[in-house]
Amino acid sequence: MDDKRRRFLKLAGLSAVAGIGAPSAFNLLLKGEVNASSPAPASHGTESPGSGHGEAPTGVRLGMVIDVNKFAENPGMAQKCVDGCHQTHNVPIFLDSKGQVNPKDAIKWIWKEPFENLFPDHSHYRRNDALHELPFLALCNHCDNPPCVRACPTKATFKQKNGSVIMDFHRCIGCRFCMAACPYGARSFNWRSPRERDENGNLKFIKNLNEKFPTRMRGVVEKCNFCAERISEGLPPKCVEATGDTGAMIFGDMNDPNAPISQVLKSTFTIQRKPALGTLPSVFYII
Amino acid sequence: MIEKALKGSNVYIGWLVFLSVLILAGVVSYAQQYQYGLGYTGMSRDVSWGIYISQFTFLVGVAAGGVMIVLPYYVHNFKDFGRITILGEFLAIASVAMCLLFIMADLGQPTRALNVLLHPTPNSMLFWDMIVLNGYLFLNILVGWVVLHSEYKGTKYPKWLKPFIWLSLPWAISIHTVTAMLYCGLPGRHFWLTAIIAPRFLASAFAAGPSLLLFIALVLKRVTKFDLGDVARDKIITIIGYAAILNFFFLGLEFFVAYYSDIPGHKHALDYLFWGLEGHDNLVGFMRLSLVLGGLGLALFWIPQTRSNEKTVMAACVLVFSSLWIDKGLGFVLGGFVPTPLEYVTEYYPTFGEILITMGVWSTGFLILTILYKVAISVKLEKES
Ligand code: SF4
Ligand code: SF4
Ligand code: SF4
Repeated sequence: MDDKRRRFLKLAGLSAVAGIGAPSAFNLLLKGEVNASSPAPASHGTESPGSGHGEAPTGVRLGMVIDVNKFAENPGMAQKCVDGCHQTHNVPIFLDSKGQVNPKDAIKWIWKEPFENLFPDHSHYRRNDALHELPFLALCNHCDNPPCVRACPTKATFKQKNGSVIMDFHRCIGCRFCMAACPYGARSFNWRSPRERDENGNLKFIKNLNEKFPTRMRGVVEKCNFCAERISEGLPPKCVEATGDTGAMIFGDMNDPNAPISQVLKSTFTIQRKPALGTLPSVFYII
Repeated sequence: MIEKALKGSNVYIGWLVFLSVLILAGVVSYAQQYQYGLGYTGMSRDVSWGIYISQFTFLVGVAAGGVMIVLPYYVHNFKDFGRITILGEFLAIASVAMCLLFIMADLGQPTRALNVLLHPTPNSMLFWDMIVLNGYLFLNILVGWVVLHSEYKGTKYPKWLKPFIWLSLPWAISIHTVTAMLYCGLPGRHFWLTAIIAPRFLASAFAAGPSLLLFIALVLKRVTKFDLGDVARDKIITIIGYAAILNFFFLGLEFFVAYYSDIPGHKHALDYLFWGLEGHDNLVGFMRLSLVLGGLGLALFWIPQTRSNEKTVMAACVLVFSSLWIDKGLGFVLGGFVPTPLEYVTEYYPTFGEILITMGVWSTGFLILTILYKVAISVKLEKES
C-alpha cells in the first residue's frame, strides 16, 4: 500500500473496510485505536420522536460531508468532481440525432443543482442572494433506510455492510421501481445502449473509456456507488479526490469517532436533504 | 368446446382480422423497441414510467371489477347474474393478460423477468403484485373454464371448485390493493402518498370493469340472441352508479386535503393535472374532460328515462369508462412524476411506436376476450335453445 492510500484510509477511518491482503501492522494498530475508544456516537440527531428509525451505532457507516463554501472559494471545482466521477465510471453522454446532448436520456451520478432544487422543503422567502449562486452537488445519499432497496423486486439494488447502496447491473430487470421510490432523483436509466459504436468502431457516447470499470448494457438503472471499487482498493472516492486538499468533501466512517468526518459532524452545523422522509441520508451539507 | 371460436359470421371474422392487424403493428413496434431500448418511448429520467404502466394500473382495475358481477351470484345467490358471471371471469382473464403484457413491454431487460422469482424479495410490492396477478389469472381460468365446461356437458360445476370460487373473490380485491401499494408506499411522491389510493382504485375499478362488461353485453344482445336480462342490467347500472360516485367522492377528498391544508407538495400534482404548473399543462384538457365525461355518464345512469333506454345506457357506459380511463390510465401515473424530486416539471409525450405497442396489447386483450366470449355465448345459446 502506498502512502497516499494509507493516509486516506487512516483519515477516513476505513482501514478495516479496505481490508487489503493480510492485516498489516498498521491496520491492526488502527483497529486497536478504534476499539480503545468508547462506544461510537453514531447517530446524528435522529432520535427525536417521529423522526423514524434510529441508526445502527455499530459497524462501519460510510458518509460524506460537502462544504459548499469551499466550492464557492474554488470556482470550477464542482465541475471537476462531476467530470472525474463520470469519466471514472464510464457514464455516457447521450447525443440526439443532431449531436446535441439529449436531456431525456441523461445519466447522472453526480451533478450541480441550485439550492432551491436540492432543498425544496427549505424556505426560499427573502433568501440571501449568495445562496442562489452557490454550486451545490447532488448525488445518491446512500440512505441508511433506503426506499430504493425496499422497492427493488430482485435485490439488484442492495445495501452493503458499510452502508453504501450499490447495484448489480446483471440482475436488474429495468422495472424502474427504484427510480419512482428514490425521493432524491438520484437514479438514472439506460434508455438506450451506452455501448453503441460508430462506423469506426469507437464508442459513441463514452469518451476515454476506463477499462477498469464496466460499461453498462441498455435497460438497467445506475447511480453513484460511493466508489465501491475504489474504496476496496484503498482509494478515496473520485469526487473527493478531485477536491484535493481543500477539504470541500470529507468522506469516511461516521461510526469511527476519530475519523475527520465524525469530528466535522460533531462540531459543525450540517443539513441533509429531506430529512423528514426518514430515509436517513449519509450525505451532509455545510452551508 | 373451443371449436366454437373458429366458426362465426363475417362480422366476427372481420373483427378478428382487424384486431390481428393491430397486434401485428404492435409486435413490429415492439421488435424495434427491443432493438433500441426503452428510449424508443417518450419516457425520460424524470418521467420514468409512462403509458405502459398506466395502462397496467387501469387494467388491474378492470380485472378486479369483474368481481362485482361474480360476487352477488355466488355469495348472495343473485340468480339474475347467472348468465353473465362467466363474462366477468373471462373479462378478468383478458385484463390480467394485458397487465402482464404491459409489464413485459415496460421492462428494460425483459429476458430477466424471472429474476423476480429467482430472487424473491418480500419487501418489494412488485414481487407481491406479480404473485397476486398470476394467481388471479390462474383462478379465473380454472373457475371460468370448469363452470363453462360443466354447462356444456349439461351438469352443475363440481363441488371441488367451490373453494376456488370463494378464494377468487378476496383475491380480486387483493390485486388492486397491492397495485395501489406499488404507489402509495413511496416516500417523496406526494401525489401517490395517500392511504385513499387503494379504496379509490377499488371504487373506480368497480365502475370501470362493470361498465365495459355491460357495454359488451348490450352489444352482444344486438348482434346475437344473448340477452343478459333487464333485472341484471338494472343491477349492474346501480353498481356502476354507486362505485363511480364513490370514486368522485374520493377524488373530492383529495382536493380538499390538498387545497385546505395548502401544503405546496400536496397541491403541485393536482395543480399540474387540472390547472397546469409553471406553464406545463399537457394533461389539463384530458383531466377536465374526464370530469365532464364522468358527470355526464353518471347523469345518464341515474335519470330514470335514460337509465331504462338501452342506447343511452350504452352511451353512459362509454362515458364512464372513458372518464375513468383518463383518470387512472393517464393522469394518475403521469401526475405522480410532477414535479420531480428536484422540483422540475418535465412533461411526457408517448411516441408513435409506443402508442402502437399499447394498441397492440389492448388488441391482444380484446382478441382473447372475443374468443372466450364467443365460446361462452355459443355454449349458453346452444343449451338454451
Ligand atoms: S438517495 Fe435514492 S438511490 Fe440513493 S440510497 Fe437513497 S433512495 Fe436509494
Ligand atoms: S430497475 Fe433494477 S434496480 Fe431498480 S427496482 Fe427494478 S430491478 Fe431493482
Ligand atoms: S462517490 Fe464516487 S460514484 Fe459517487 S459521485 Fe463521488 S465519484 Fe461518483
